[in-house]
Amino acid sequence: MHINLLLIVQTSKVTSENWLSSPGVVGTIVLIFIVLFLGIFIFVKRLNRYVDLLEDNTKNLAEDEFERRLVNLDKEEVDHILEIRQRGFKELNREEEMKNTSSKHGGFIKKIIDPKNPLFDEKTRSTAQIKISEELKEIIIWYLGAAVFWLVFGTLVGQYLGMKFVWPEMDSSSWLSFGRLRPVHTNTVFWGWASLAMVGLGHYVISRTSNREIYSYNKSKIAFWLMNASVFIGNLFLMGGINNGGGEYREYIWPVMALFAIGIIITFFNFYKTVATRKISEIYISNWFILASLVWTIVLTVIGYFPDYQDGLGETVIQGYYMHQGVGMWFMTFTLGLVYYFLPSALNKPIYSYSLGVLAFWTQMLFYTLIGTHHFVFSPLPWWLQTVAIVFSAGMFIPVFAGTTNFLMTMRGSWNHISKSYVLPFFLVGVVFYFVGSVQGSFQAFRFTNYLWHFTDFNVAHSHMTMYGIITFLMWACIYALLPKITGNEPPQNLVGGHFWLAFIGLIAYMVSLMVGGTLKGLSWIEGNPFIESVILMENYWVWRAVGGSLMFISHIIFAYNFYLMVRKKKNVTLSRKQTLQSQLN
Amino acid sequence: MLNLHKDHRNLVLIAFGVFVALSIGVAIVPAYQMQEYEPIPGQQDLSVSERKGLSIYIAEGCVGCHTQQVRNIEMDAVWGERPSLASDYYYSKQRMDIWRQSPSILGSERTGPDLTDIGNRQPSDQWHMLHLYNPRLVVEASIMPSYTWLFRKTDTTALKANDITLPRDITGMEGSDVLVATENAMNLVAYLKSLQQFSFENASPTDFIPALPKKDRNNGTTTTSTNSIGASLYQNNCAACHQTTGRGVKGAFPPLAGSLIVNDKNPEMLIKIILMGYDARQEYGMMPALGDNLTDEEIKAIIDHERSSWGNSASKVPIESITRLRDSISNVQ
Repeated sequence: MHINLLLIVQTSKVTSENWLSSPGVVGTIVLIFIVLFLGIFIFVKRLNRYVDLLEDNTKNLAEDEFERRLVNLDKEEVDHILEIRQRGFKELNREEEMKNTSSKHGGFIKKIIDPKNPLFDEKTRSTAQIKISEELKEIIIWYLGAAVFWLVFGTLVGQYLGMKFVWPEMDSSSWLSFGRLRPVHTNTVFWGWASLAMVGLGHYVISRTSNREIYSYNKSKIAFWLMNASVFIGNLFLMGGINNGGGEYREYIWPVMALFAIGIIITFFNFYKTVATRKISEIYISNWFILASLVWTIVLTVIGYFPDYQDGLGETVIQGYYMHQGVGMWFMTFTLGLVYYFLPSALNKPIYSYSLGVLAFWTQMLFYTLIGTHHFVFSPLPWWLQTVAIVFSAGMFIPVFAGTTNFLMTMRGSWNHISKSYVLPFFLVGVVFYFVGSVQGSFQAFRFTNYLWHFTDFNVAHSHMTMYGIITFLMWACIYALLPKITGNEPPQNLVGGHFWLAFIGLIAYMVSLMVGGTLKGLSWIEGNPFIESVILMENYWVWRAVGGSLMFISHIIFAYNFYLMVRKKKNVTLSRKQTLQSQLN
Repeated sequence: MLNLHKDHRNLVLIAFGVFVALSIGVAIVPAYQMQEYEPIPGQQDLSVSERKGLSIYIAEGCVGCHTQQVRNIEMDAVWGERPSLASDYYYSKQRMDIWRQSPSILGSERTGPDLTDIGNRQPSDQWHMLHLYNPRLVVEASIMPSYTWLFRKTDTTALKANDITLPRDITGMEGSDVLVATENAMNLVAYLKSLQQFSFENASPTDFIPALPKKDRNNGTTTTSTNSIGASLYQNNCAACHQTTGRGVKGAFPPLAGSLIVNDKNPEMLIKIILMGYDARQEYGMMPALGDNLTDEEIKAIIDHERSSWGNSASKVPIESITRLRDSISNVQ
């Protein structure tokens, strides 16, 4: 009865006249501005530093000049200067000679900084190396290496697909057609990039916070090969037209997905054993998230693929549950676990509130699980199920607020580190997107916003906001935070900066163009215009999406190169003369 | 005392147990319930060929862009005469084989039109084939991929009796080459044509939720809006073949611009064709009967639009002549 009342109230209000003032739309616009504000904030911070640097540079140039003269002095000149200086100290009253000796001959040499980089600000370098076992280092690099490969491959496919919206006739090969490639893109970045990166970083967190080695590195390797094989074979199958049923993220047929599931089961066993034999009594909060996300994903995969209840719309119920939990219980939960470790460690201080973390953990489980059906609002699925999904989507505010508050409060007081660090901007963007993307997702579940946006390109914008803005940015943050510490190689800072800005600007372009286009498309449908008009009106927005996508893709190439620089074996470094000199001067 | 901060075993067990319990409540139980729905009496199962077509529909990833659900909101009324019901999916959503599950045909993205009722909207083989081979031959602004691999090139002399061929000139064939639909194409088209929303004789069991306030819906009868209603009805019902420009597709669908039938002083033939369909000319595809889909007012709006657009300038048609013809046709039948 109560639910029915709720429905009537909700539905009688559905009108497109004042769509702009509907709470979901207003909320989303506010959220987008938060992201834009964030971009401006980071940019201004950087600009400030850059202006300071320009001023410093003029000074530095003069000092450089001085240094060069100093180095080029021959013995007699040095003796001569020494003599003048000695006389200067002895305060000899020789007016004439004192006139010739400018003041710098009488001063002391201060610390000389040599700006290597004429355009960009120099960031603080990674702190001292952390010694970890060779096995752990190797396994982390394996996982991350494969992840980087899948990221570049998966987004290359994505970029190609984005271009097909603009030029549908790009090719006419069945293996490259849109319908077959689309799941290749989504599954590759899901199971290839994000999953492998998470599990790789998870190895470090589990081992580190348990204060012992991973239970079995052989098991890690078996899991590694199983998951990669799953993505590889699965993609080949998809391109060849072998598709489980077209449900998102469930496109791999069960034998292929079974490989992945076994990989996760092995990983869970491995991590669990490590935590079980930890050398400290408390289980760090990261491990709660990581272990739970592994358990939940195993359950999820089994439920998702078990056939007994999947005829008719039973399949649709499971699809809503599965595709939402795939994101919520696997990617989001695992990533949060990683952030609870890497963010405080990058700032070198403890997490703001441990209990907020615990609250976020339980509410994540409770609310996220119940909201899958919000992907099928207004569909023939039961109204009660849709209503539960909508109500608990609003409930998602709790874990999201808890998580965001926790991370931002941890960062508080360290804002100046952002302009000095190349890792923190990635964290900041990831955390802000965690807030913006999740809250926007909840808004989108409301009935009116769903009415306006469902089935349009707005969905695609939302999924990139979350899988890219949250998960991918946080993965990068963790990778840049970890690798230099364990390998001792830092990537060039302007390349990291290039990676950051291309990815960020690309994402904004991608997101905003599809959100605006998607809204116009929804309005066009509500108006009752012929369908083809909604295709025509999207044309320009699809071009901008492809532009944004290209920027993102270029940033991934840079990232891949940075990754290579971070993990390559160190050669014996011979210091150049200048560097030797500089270190002596310092 | 349970201390989850130190007891890894119970931490994992509780996370596992609660999640499984929630999953059963929110996914497994509703899924079992949804599975108990029965087909609508009189609803047809898919034929062998249609089922093969569905399989290709899934393999090619058509569900990525095409939904098959008419939601219970007014904007979806263009895709079917009533909102979709769980029973509608009884036959199509069965497990496909041991490797592949029940197809996810409801979809989540509408980059292309909803296909719930495409079989009624577009019953012409010729249109579907040409559209699959290259969508832009029939819908200029389409961004759908070309499914050229569903067709094979052969020599006109090697054709068999029931081969379906594509018009040679617009598909750029030279010499005696001709494109023939493969079995896959025929199955896929059979499936697409089978997508017809089951029609209840009486009132529909569910209704759409209106989008606009009532007052707006009643004052759409001024002359200017009749014209735009005609244009929009034409766009939805006719333009797929005859094109928005009225020029048709050479070798497949005849032009309406400058057509003698359209511009004829006596519109009887034109009205008959719309009501009953037309398949008299070899060089063009079959025109489906639209009498059951459109009301007399709608037909009048379409005809007036056709007779006053693209350089056509024939007089408007009185609605009585449409009603009279419709009556005489149903009397004959």
